[in-house]
Amino acid sequence: MADIQEKIGALCPEAQFDTSGELLLVTVPDEKWHALAQALKEELHYDYLTALVGVDWKDSLGCMYYLTNTATQEMLHVKVSTTDRENPRLHTVSDVWAVANYQEREVYDFFGIVFINHPDMRRFFLRNDWVGYPLRKDYDDSPELNPLRLNPEENEDDTFSLVEEADGTLKRIDKKVFGPEEYVINVGPQHPSTHGVMRYRASIEGELVKKIDVVSGYIHRGIEKLCEGMSYQSTLLYPERLDYMAAHMNRHAVCLCLEKALGIEVPHRAELIRMMMDELMRLSSHLLSYGCLTMDQGATTAFFYGFRERELIYDIFDKTCGARMSMSYSTIGGVVKDVHPDFIKDVRHLCAIMPEKLKEYHKLFTGNVIAMGRMKDVGILSKEDAINYAITGPSGRASGVHCDVRKCHPYSLYNEVEFDEVLLDKGDSMDRYMVRMKEMEQSVKILEQCCDMLEKEGIEGEYCAKVPKMIKLPAGHWYQQVEASRGAFGVYIESDGDPKPFQKPYRMHFQSPCFNLVGVVDLTCKGNLFADLISITASIDYVIPDIDR
Amino acid sequence: MFDFSIVTGWIDNLLRNTLSCPGWLTSTIECILVAVGLLLAYTVIAMFYIMYERWVCAWIQCRRGPIRVGPGGLLQIFADVFKILTKEIVTLWHNDKFLFWLAPFFVVTASVLTFACLPWGKGMQVIDFNIGVFFIIAVSSLGVLGILLAGWSSNSKYTLLGAMRSGAQMVSYELSVGISILTVVCLAGTMSISGIVEAQNDGWFIFKGHLPAIIAFVIYIIAANAENNRGPFDLPEAEHELTAGYHSEYSGIHYGLFYLAEYLNLFIVSGIAALLFLGGWMPLHIPGWEGFNKVMDFIPSTFWFLGKAFFMTFVFMWIRWSFPRVRIDQMLALEWRILMPIGLVNLVIMALCVSFNWVF
Repeated sequence: MADIQEKIGALCPEAQFDTSGELLLVTVPDEKWHALAQALKEELHYDYLTALVGVDWKDSLGCMYYLTNTATQEMLHVKVSTTDRENPRLHTVSDVWAVANYQEREVYDFFGIVFINHPDMRRFFLRNDWVGYPLRKDYDDSPELNPLRLNPEENEDDTFSLVEEADGTLKRIDKKVFGPEEYVINVGPQHPSTHGVMRYRASIEGELVKKIDVVSGYIHRGIEKLCEGMSYQSTLLYPERLDYMAAHMNRHAVCLCLEKALGIEVPHRAELIRMMMDELMRLSSHLLSYGCLTMDQGATTAFFYGFRERELIYDIFDKTCGARMSMSYSTIGGVVKDVHPDFIKDVRHLCAIMPEKLKEYHKLFTGNVIAMGRMKDVGILSKEDAINYAITGPSGRASGVHCDVRKCHPYSLYNEVEFDEVLLDKGDSMDRYMVRMKEMEQSVKILEQCCDMLEKEGIEGEYCAKVPKMIKLPAGHWYQQVEASRGAFGVYIESDGDPKPFQKPYRMHFQSPCFNLVGVVDLTCKGNLFADLISITASIDYVIPDIDR
Repeated sequence: MFDFSIVTGWIDNLLRNTLSCPGWLTSTIECILVAVGLLLAYTVIAMFYIMYERWVCAWIQCRRGPIRVGPGGLLQIFADVFKILTKEIVTLWHNDKFLFWLAPFFVVTASVLTFACLPWGKGMQVIDFNIGVFFIIAVSSLGVLGILLAGWSSNSKYTLLGAMRSGAQMVSYELSVGISILTVVCLAGTMSISGIVEAQNDGWFIFKGHLPAIIAFVIYIIAANAENNRGPFDLPEAEHELTAGYHSEYSGIHYGLFYLAEYLNLFIVSGIAALLFLGGWMPLHIPGWEGFNKVMDFIPSTFWFLGKAFFMTFVFMWIRWSFPRVRIDQMLALEWRILMPIGLVNLVIMALCVSFNWVF
């Protein structure tokens, strides 16, 4: 840590350091930030922008940047802020880390911070006629200001950039997303293959896709804002409503983050059960993703095959958690209740039949000549781009990025079980598909080992630690990642150390993997045919509520 | 084997001689009878096919299919038909009303005309003249006009893309269908439908024509699938890309007509496959096995034809529910670079086989 501190101090003498938190916190003045960001990426190889969180500290507005060095997996935490609340401005880093493009648009949307030199400064989730910036602490949420508007958004093609001239003056340049000569076809928000309420505007020439503009926010629920008005226990309800195919993992992440902040030791059995639920969830998610990918390419039958086995997993959830979706099973300190007596038997049954069923899936779809033609060499995402756009999870590993949080930053009991991180190198649709198929084998392997471990623990045991009824966090901020079904899911919790008995989170941010995944749709689909847009997005496999939050 | 021309002859005789109707009246009454019979058969077969597809599809997909309405789900189809008849026809604002309205009728007319040419049984044929096969090719191509009109007149980007794909696809695959039909005509030596069936009296063409006939059969299956817009060639209505392709904007009975024509076209291509390669209504005859042939003759000819057509349909459904969809460029490449050259070479081989009498 000291080594990095010295190096950063040499690069930027104005930087201030704080070593009291879980990571080294570097506070940088905005005017030095862009140069430092470039140096951090090029000289110190912090090439992966893990999270970008906008925060309103009342006296100042700013961003928290979590950076990761993909070679050593070291993390760094940078804070940049401005005290100007009227016209808050920060320098963009979207030219350094491409993923920052959408992330900064989100910050602009919620905090009103305009990023200088950002190429396309539009709101990301809310309508462009929305009044105010909802995540600011002084936001006026009266319904008169923002009534339910039923008219279509006007001027949705308009965007602007704030460009810094050589002499330091700022100039606003108005732009259009699509020119009048382009043939723009609207995909969504009601479309069978966008996997939810997602909207693309695709400029096409014949069947060739020239450019895609992502229009998001159709099911944006303002979960981060909602969390700020609740107790910590209540906020646990929301992460499973982000990526509902990673419900257990997302909730696990929030629990881990709160346990870290509170310093709670979780019983071994509870952590084991959580991990098993995570892997079952991953299995079910990958089965769904197999189904959707095949269905989007017209192979309807394969879809039902995937769902047949997924049903078994949901029955397991049903028995133990009492629900099939949004299980609300993990809790702070452990799990809500012990597993059903049939749990191990059911999981073993699933593990026993899966290898055979996987063979069947391959037989039906993988080797098919049409499927190969549709997926091989289509939508290639290079390793550099994958890191630059912070693509994690199966899609990142298909491009050869070592990004499995279970291996990079082991949490739970993942270092007690044996499994392989599936890495492929081509990064086309076929590889993304194959990574998922192979990860299912690994999940089965993990589950088998977990069954043995749980049998050793006995039928019953301690499944939850003692947790205070009123949760109060000291002032500070914590960041916790887990490997969700579609990539690294991160939770940022900031507490102001409010002494009142009913403490609410000061800021809670969910760094969802799908938000980053949708960022590469334009990159991978450009120059491909319109039909490939569907197959590529299916292979990237995002879930809309996870993007919209 | 019972010859259905006895029945038609009797009716004709009854009208002309017994009731002594004038010639024009006889023709009119006969035309009406035939039309009613045809349209009835058309609807009944369409209804059966919708259920057939649902059952086969459910069976392939590990599902049970419709089981709720009526015994074993048998009344499901009536519920479906009534639903579609009572649905509102949504009118669009900025489109070409006349062409929009006309398009489904083009599609249905084309399929009824082709439907009328099928050899239903011995002596049971509506249109039978010396260029019957040629007529089939000609009228079945009318359907693409309806699809193009539908896509264009809907004034929507999705339907236009669907229609464009459809036009490219149907025009291309028409060639392969035509070439494989020509191969059979070459073997039969006639274009008349009854002539083709009669020529298979001593063996179906798929056996008689050995290798070139089998190649033509495979090409026909692929091309007919494509011509029919069915999976894996269902690009024009690729649900996951274009929502419903060229008929996205249609509702109510107009949509129903497209749906009807689609299922009937499935029956028609299966029927043509049965006619060209599997002997039409001709029973299975093996030269030399007199007893066997006699037994086969006891099964009515209509059963033979329908059985073969339903079997071919099953093959088409099997293909549809197993394969993913191809992409537009792959589809065109398959036709122009693979199927058509093979088909042309195959035609030459067949011509050689026939001229040197290398057929069974």
